[in-house]
Amino acid sequence: MPAGASALSLARPRTLKAALALLAEDPELMPIAGCTDVFVGLHFGTSGQRRFIDLWGLDELRGIALVRPEPSEAPVLRIGALATYTDIIASALVRRRLPMLVAAAREIGGAQIQNRGTLGGNVANASPAGDTLPVLAAANARIVLRSAGAERRVAMGEYYTGYRTSVRQAHELITAVEIPPVAGRQWWRKVGTRKAQAISKIMMAGVRGPVVRIAIGSVAPTVVVADKTARCLSAGGTLAEAQALLGDEITPIDDVRSTREYRHQVAQNLLAQFWRETE
Amino acid sequence: MGRAVGTSVRRMDGDDKVTGAAKYVDDLSFPDMLFGATIRSTISCGEIVNTHIGLPPEFVVADHRDIPGANHVALIDPDQPCLAEGPIRHYAEPVLLVAHADRRALFGVEARIRFDYRERTPNYDPERSDTCFKQIAIDKGDLARGFGDADTVIEGEYRTGHQEQLYIEPNGVIAVPGDGQITVYGSLQCPYYVHKALVVVTGLAPARVRVVQAETGGGFGGKEEYPSMLACHAAILAIKSGRPVKMIYDRVEDLLATTKRHPSVVRHRTGVTRDGRMTAMDIDVVMDGGGYATLSAVVLSRGVIHAAGPYRCDHLRIRGRAMMTNTPPNGAFRGFGAPQTQFAIEAHIDRMAGALGLDPLRLREINALRPGDTTATGQTLGKDASALPVLREAVKRSGYKQKRRAWQGTNRGIGLSLFFHGSGFTGAGEVKLASKASLELTATGARILVASTEIGQGTRTMLAQIVADAMALPYSSIEVHAADTDAVPDSGPTVASRTCMIVGKLLERCARDLRRKLGKLTPAEYFTRHGAVVVTAQYEPPPGQVWDDQRYAGDAYGSYAWGCNVVELEVDPVTFEITPTHVTAVAEIGRAIHPVMAEGQIQGGTAQGIGYALLEEVVMRDGRMANAQLTNYIIPTPMDAPLIDVAMIERPYAHGPFGAKGVGEMPIDGPAPAVVNALRHCGFDVRAIPATPERLMAGKLKVEELAVESFS
Amino acid sequence: MIVTINGKRRRLDVAPMRRLLDVLREDCGLTGTKEGCGEGECGACTVLMDGVAVDSCLVPAAHAEGRAVVTIEGAAAAKRSARALQHAFVEHGGAQCGICTPGMIMAALPLKARSSRDQIKTALAGNLCRCTGYIAIFQSVEAALSPARKGARARRR
Repeated sequence: MPAGASALSLARPRTLKAALALLAEDPELMPIAGCTDVFVGLHFGTSGQRRFIDLWGLDELRGIALVRPEPSEAPVLRIGALATYTDIIASALVRRRLPMLVAAAREIGGAQIQNRGTLGGNVANASPAGDTLPVLAAANARIVLRSAGAERRVAMGEYYTGYRTSVRQAHELITAVEIPPVAGRQWWRKVGTRKAQAISKIMMAGVRGPVVRIAIGSVAPTVVVADKTARCLSAGGTLAEAQALLGDEITPIDDVRSTREYRHQVAQNLLAQFWRETE
Repeated sequence: MGRAVGTSVRRMDGDDKVTGAAKYVDDLSFPDMLFGATIRSTISCGEIVNTHIGLPPEFVVADHRDIPGANHVALIDPDQPCLAEGPIRHYAEPVLLVAHADRRALFGVEARIRFDYRERTPNYDPERSDTCFKQIAIDKGDLARGFGDADTVIEGEYRTGHQEQLYIEPNGVIAVPGDGQITVYGSLQCPYYVHKALVVVTGLAPARVRVVQAETGGGFGGKEEYPSMLACHAAILAIKSGRPVKMIYDRVEDLLATTKRHPSVVRHRTGVTRDGRMTAMDIDVVMDGGGYATLSAVVLSRGVIHAAGPYRCDHLRIRGRAMMTNTPPNGAFRGFGAPQTQFAIEAHIDRMAGALGLDPLRLREINALRPGDTTATGQTLGKDASALPVLREAVKRSGYKQKRRAWQGTNRGIGLSLFFHGSGFTGAGEVKLASKASLELTATGARILVASTEIGQGTRTMLAQIVADAMALPYSSIEVHAADTDAVPDSGPTVASRTCMIVGKLLERCARDLRRKLGKLTPAEYFTRHGAVVVTAQYEPPPGQVWDDQRYAGDAYGSYAWGCNVVELEVDPVTFEITPTHVTAVAEIGRAIHPVMAEGQIQGGTAQGIGYALLEEVVMRDGRMANAQLTNYIIPTPMDAPLIDVAMIERPYAHGPFGAKGVGEMPIDGPAPAVVNALRHCGFDVRAIPATPERLMAGKLKVEELAVESFS
Repeated sequence: MIVTINGKRRRLDVAPMRRLLDVLREDCGLTGTKEGCGEGECGACTVLMDGVAVDSCLVPAAHAEGRAVVTIEGAAAAKRSARALQHAFVEHGGAQCGICTPGMIMAALPLKARSSRDQIKTALAGNLCRCTGYIAIFQSVEAALSPARKGARARRR
């Protein structure tokens, strides 16, 4: 049971503007949305947080749409931070533009978690096993961060700074994820501990187009964008060469779910499968 | 014959369970109730030298000095303290109890209590332990002669890990004190085990102690002995505070502290002729008992008795030992030792078949026990020895032979296992238990009085069916009294696949007795004239059943149920993930009293067996479970469940109610070996479970190596 | 805050970060909703919030404000298919120990008539059962959602 739930405070702003103002005043507030991670931390006593700010009611962060941030730019897919996995699975737009994200969303938790868990929450939680993160990284997505005074966009590849740390400052909120058009075939595979309700042992998202992009989860403190491997394949290198490079780009560990050896081996196998299936 | 037995009548507890009306222990509340928590050791071996408690006075705190009676959990050996007095044998050993009126005040309370320890070096390896809880030796024939008759000797070592019962409702009890009395409500399988333990710990007279089972959200053996410990804890707090005390474990505590299936190491040396006849079996069984004896002796007993599998062999030697390690005690779990040892023999059979160049099916056909054969303990089997019938039915239903050929050399595999399971307590166990069941006439029919609990398997419904037919009354006229030690006789624990065969038979006798008393009168007429009448039956062994506990020889069980599994699976060559696609489960259980519930037992046990085989791993680090969360202890979800095709064969057992034998445990004996045998068919040599993708990756079979080993 | 629980508007004075599960069980006396893990893994605490299945152990009370919450106790009144599900779970062996059953039924409630086996599995993927091996649960849901097919089991025996 959560630590003396009555001792936990919750600010409930009605607008994004109000939320950002509150955060500017008090950056210690921890943002919550679907609570599928936050409440687990509270239940197990691993979260020391006592003061929270609730974003769940901010409908302005829910939409999924094509937008043109710059008039000169091609339209990008903009997924509001509060879009749930269920929203993503149901969105024809996401299915068309980013089917690998739909595939990833379908494999998260069960229906109850998909109904509550949000894309913004998955990014913010910053787990190396976050299911959507390899997809976002492989798609070259950028995270839209807004504070009371400013808005900035950070590429996924630069967003995480270490294990469960990111460039997001305490007074900033993730408002959306923007995904530019993805050129090429998209590929996604999660290897979990079982077929549903599973935390991944390893997962890979790949894009095979004029430029190859590959991102892998659960093999390092943060999601790994395997640039060297992808460049090798883009440049016409052999699969074996790419597999060897991949082995150097990841740093998996032993944990209660799997082993270092397994993750190493399966990462290379997944690369081969990606390459074979997107030919 | 009546109309209820053999039909799937509407289960008695069904409506309350689907509407949320059923009351489990955490749904109950008493005025002035406190909530209790357990403070546990954080080391695996050593002793507590000092205790520092930083709690305000509104907390009730109890330790071993607050125990009015004796400080041990009464079961088999009195070695396990209810609260540690100093010495610590395992992580999460209960030391202190605290209670508070606000449940939330207990969150994180362990951080405010500190123990100073003198630590000693723990031992986690049962084979290096110097403390043996129990040794058993079974000898039959002349082993040297048996090996002399063999053309070749095949050896193998097989390992199984811990398995958590993972009932979805964690352990919980409420103790309510009263004027020199104590009543405990709880999620439990064995009210009279809890009663016995409470009498010892509270020092109260048996009549002053009452145990009532609340609706119980699954047990699978996990609520056989552990609730005795928990009930004593709640009672200690209730006696000290004078108030009702509720103790409900959260999932993490339940995983960390309560019993699991015993890990095992089984070694086989088998003499076999070129044409596949087993002439000698030499079997060594080691089980990891954990920190205290609990039920290890009897788990080992069932394990060794089933260790030779359902096969005939005139010359055999079985040695078993249950060893102490510095881990939380292991205990009862569906199958009770037999899944471990039958995993070993069944995996071994397929390896032998490979070495002999025989199909594993053929090797089983040659050696399977037939009516008139004797088991490892020398028990002569009756006409219901159904190894061959279940094997043949499973082979036919599954298309085993055709698939075995067609899938050779692919990433699809098919494997089978043949197994049996003794119903009821082992050896003279039932005679010692001397269980009693009673039946009370009511104005409208009859009321069943037994301590056998409903834990999902359908006890109430099934017993009522038996009574209804034996009295020639409608099923709807039979009631079942709550399992309340103040009101029901001790019909023994709800374990060992004994409830239907043993307790059901007692009730059948009661029912026939009561029917005779009624003569031509209806229950209403008799009740009006004579008032309530209660008849009671006590267990008597079937004529001719003999057991020698010194030599471990004779009739180990009244009867056996028989099973055959065929598992079909696919191995993903990229990830080594294993998908079981189809399981054929054929079971010979004497008589299915309630076909839907019997089938449910077989499907559920099979699914647990699939989890045991593939997914379920207790990761032990420094003597503690490192993955004690539902997100990391992996049981099958709806997405992981294979199709299970169940077929039941009925060969009535003369001394079971309407011919019924036990069904609850047997289904978990077969899936794991059938899985590894299917993996062997795909080219993977797996001799330890769970067969995780990580293990599979390391175990690609080298066929040549096996051949050399076998004929050396 | 005001919450509509099983069709009744209720005023609740609860801390915003308490679990909806605890509010339902402790403050409203609705003990049909069960706790199996406290981490959104077992689904025993599933309730509907505005018609959507959620794990009530992972929902802060504040998120129920102004919403319609349905628990197993109110399922039959809230949705016609609930009664059929409840009946079928008894008839087809979908309920054994019963601790997962309220959550299973609540998770199955949003399913449309004649859902396929795959759709049923997807809807129930977040609910663990240790008794049945799930097959009887799938059959129960199928029987309830496709009354014409009246269960394969009856035919078989």
